[in-house]
Amino acid sequence: MQNVAAIETIPTNVSADLGVRTTTEPVTATLHEWLITVDHKRLGVMYIATALMFFVVGGVLAAVMRAQLAFPNGTVVPPDVFNRLFTMHGTTMVFLVGMPFLAGLANYLVPLMIGARDMAFPRLNAFGYWIFLFGGVLLYFSYVGGEGLAGRGTAPDVGWFAYSPLTEHPFSRGTSTDYWILSITLTGLGSISSAINVIATTLTMRCKGMTLGRMPLFVWLLFVVSGMVLVALPPLTAAQVMLLLDRYLGAHFFDTQGGGSAILWQHFFWIFGHPEVYILILPGFACASEIIPVFSRKPMFGRAAMLGATVSIAFIGLGVWAHHMFTVGMSSQSNIFFVISTMLVGVPTGIKLFNWIATMYGGRIWFATPMLFCTGFLFQFLVAGLTGIMMAAAPFDWQLSDSYFVVAHFHYVLLGGLLFTLFAGIYYWFPKATGRMLDERLGRWHFWLLVIGFHLTFDTLHFAGILGMPRRIYTYAPGRGWEGVNLVSSIGVVFQGVATLCFIWNVVRSLRRGAIAGNDPWDAWTLEWATTSPPPEYNFATVPEVRSSRPLWDLKHPDDPDWKFE
Amino acid sequence: MTAPPIAVVTNIFRPLSTPAESIAALSWLVVGVCLAIFLVVAGLLAYTVVRFRRPAVDLDREPAQVYGSSQIEIAWTVIPILIVIVLTMATARVITEVQDRPRPEDALTVRVIGHQWWWEIRYPSLGVVTANELHIPVSTSSNQRPTFLQLDSVDVAHSFWVPQLAGKTDLIPNHPNWMWIEPKVEGTYIGNCAEFCGLQHANMLIRVVVESEDAFSQWIAHQKTNPPAGQPGEKLFLGLSCVNCHTVAGTSAKGTFGPDLTHLMSRQTLGSGVMSNTSDNLRHWIRDPQTVKPGNLMPNMQLSDREVDQVRDYLMTLE
Repeated sequence: MQNVAAIETIPTNVSADLGVRTTTEPVTATLHEWLITVDHKRLGVMYIATALMFFVVGGVLAAVMRAQLAFPNGTVVPPDVFNRLFTMHGTTMVFLVGMPFLAGLANYLVPLMIGARDMAFPRLNAFGYWIFLFGGVLLYFSYVGGEGLAGRGTAPDVGWFAYSPLTEHPFSRGTSTDYWILSITLTGLGSISSAINVIATTLTMRCKGMTLGRMPLFVWLLFVVSGMVLVALPPLTAAQVMLLLDRYLGAHFFDTQGGGSAILWQHFFWIFGHPEVYILILPGFACASEIIPVFSRKPMFGRAAMLGATVSIAFIGLGVWAHHMFTVGMSSQSNIFFVISTMLVGVPTGIKLFNWIATMYGGRIWFATPMLFCTGFLFQFLVAGLTGIMMAAAPFDWQLSDSYFVVAHFHYVLLGGLLFTLFAGIYYWFPKATGRMLDERLGRWHFWLLVIGFHLTFDTLHFAGILGMPRRIYTYAPGRGWEGVNLVSSIGVVFQGVATLCFIWNVVRSLRRGAIAGNDPWDAWTLEWATTSPPPEYNFATVPEVRSSRPLWDLKHPDDPDWKFE
Repeated sequence: MTAPPIAVVTNIFRPLSTPAESIAALSWLVVGVCLAIFLVVAGLLAYTVVRFRRPAVDLDREPAQVYGSSQIEIAWTVIPILIVIVLTMATARVITEVQDRPRPEDALTVRVIGHQWWWEIRYPSLGVVTANELHIPVSTSSNQRPTFLQLDSVDVAHSFWVPQLAGKTDLIPNHPNWMWIEPKVEGTYIGNCAEFCGLQHANMLIRVVVESEDAFSQWIAHQKTNPPAGQPGEKLFLGLSCVNCHTVAGTSAKGTFGPDLTHLMSRQTLGSGVMSNTSDNLRHWIRDPQTVKPGNLMPNMQLSDREVDQVRDYLMTLE
């Protein structure tokens, strides 16, 4: 029997007498400490807090768009403003919310989950955060920097995937496209730094007994995500450099007026862009893979298959990108190849979904807020995956592409899927990070209001697409059959806004007056719950030693430990 | 003028042309399969959520710790793979059916060229040039008449999407694309540009007028004629800078930057669908196109009221 005292804390809610740092200390620490910190926990919190701030900003941009589209011939904003809105909304949500959120989760949790003291490269960690922040601020500076139409600044207005030749100089005067290029290049550097750090940490700093096979699924998924970042981000950076060369130094990579190729941009962008969406969703899967077992009181069903499916998604996902290009005029053979690869990637994704359900099946499910959000995720991600299969059938996609059906699909994935798991993760790990529980009642209000708002807004948009409504239009004429669905969709925004306010209020209130969490409020099984809430700077007084993938289960059930069965 | 619209509600599941029909048939199959999967999986999830809730009196016992099941996991790997095989085979068939249809020698071909934010339409074999409204003959079982469109662009990427006639195909500069349509029912079909192309992407509508063989021949014959000379306002029009951007066949107006105006009054709308083609609307456009379609590439020409009236009167003669 291993030395139980190697993990210094008792796995119950008793914490007061263990010399715990008071929960108010991180909040009142000086600004200077936060500015110079290289502590992975502080940087993790900074990443997530900044991501949430950009999330609110991106949400406001969306709310204005939906106000404009609620009625035909809308006059809320003129076309140039609308075009900047959807460009900034997409760019913000992908690069300034999704990416930093996953970096924050990874940097906070990976060292704790593997029993390490910090990340392998703490200063690189800090560098990654600050360069991301600089990139984000630079993007928004575009609203006020330079000249623009009617003095409205020069925020980018070419769509978040910035197709050429719209982004070339003849069609994109001024500096708005350059803000897009430069700020995203910077945030990309931050993502690459984080990825290097996660890989190095995971490979070299696991505690004794933790073989790769015994790492929590969360750590595995973020390890795979980091590998994908290293492969997928460079094509985007390369394309952006080429675009800069086109715009300023007379190159013609994508400049069709000079013999360049618009389609080449699309290939470069989507070779990044498709793995990017797996990079975004896999951390959500990571949260679900930790939370669902704990709240079902069962181990993950088919752990090995989950690992295999994750790696399959990563590899196959590198070969599906041109399903974003079914309408550009590729040969039938090329189209068929991408139909096959895209439908194939649905198989491991479906396997993961079945495994989560099988984990819940036969369990004793506790629907605390984290589990509520995970359950919403499961239903919604199922729909999202199925609409993806529909669009994988290329001829169907010839109708659905560039319509509101696609908009509905990817919001189902990112909002209905990813965001729900991220909220689940926040409700789950907030007690660990702050020492206080979020309020359950406010959590339920948050959840249900978000469910109602999300479905009002996005279920309807599927029908708008089926009725022929294209994307990225600032208004539409009456009589197309689009009025009703657009109005209902816009009403849903109100519910989502109120839900977000509930969440913000919950966070603010709980930081001061939330119930004391203790080390392990959820009776969970991974190493982060074996230290105090919040953890001391050094994480663990004694380096833990593990014998299975659920070390705390083994401690709590010495008669029935996992290592006897794994 | 031409037949009233069939409907302005453009439902992809109401196809009225061969490629759109093939697409819709495949789409129903895929939707059906996905619906079946949804019912099974969501049903299982719903059952699980209800059946395995933690009971109110929780005896604090952990349930059986099940790690997995080889048989079940193999089953739910193999079955999805089989579904994928069936769907990809059905899909590949429609792809080749639509994309690889050979173009008959005598098929009607039309060049559609995208501009920011209007459609240039040329019938090379018939010597006709027009804008924003594509006329094609209907296809019947006794007289199969597919129309082949060659798509190109002078500026940025656009996309030709008339949902009831076909799936969309992009108009990409430096990369001409082909598509074909074979409409079965006469009428006017509406579509939108479906690739974000800048400021007025929202107002780049295309109309496809499908008519009988006779009506189509008549339309072509009429389009080939030059408008009568010496109409009121003609001299003023030809003296203004309009001629730098617009063409009126048979006159000195030979500009190609903007739409061909030779038979402007034969079209249903102005500004590629942004308003109907009436005298008042036309005057409105001439006076200041920026108030109708802000940001479009025809500037306010700063004409006096008298000039606006005369130009409008002249254009009204271009039937």
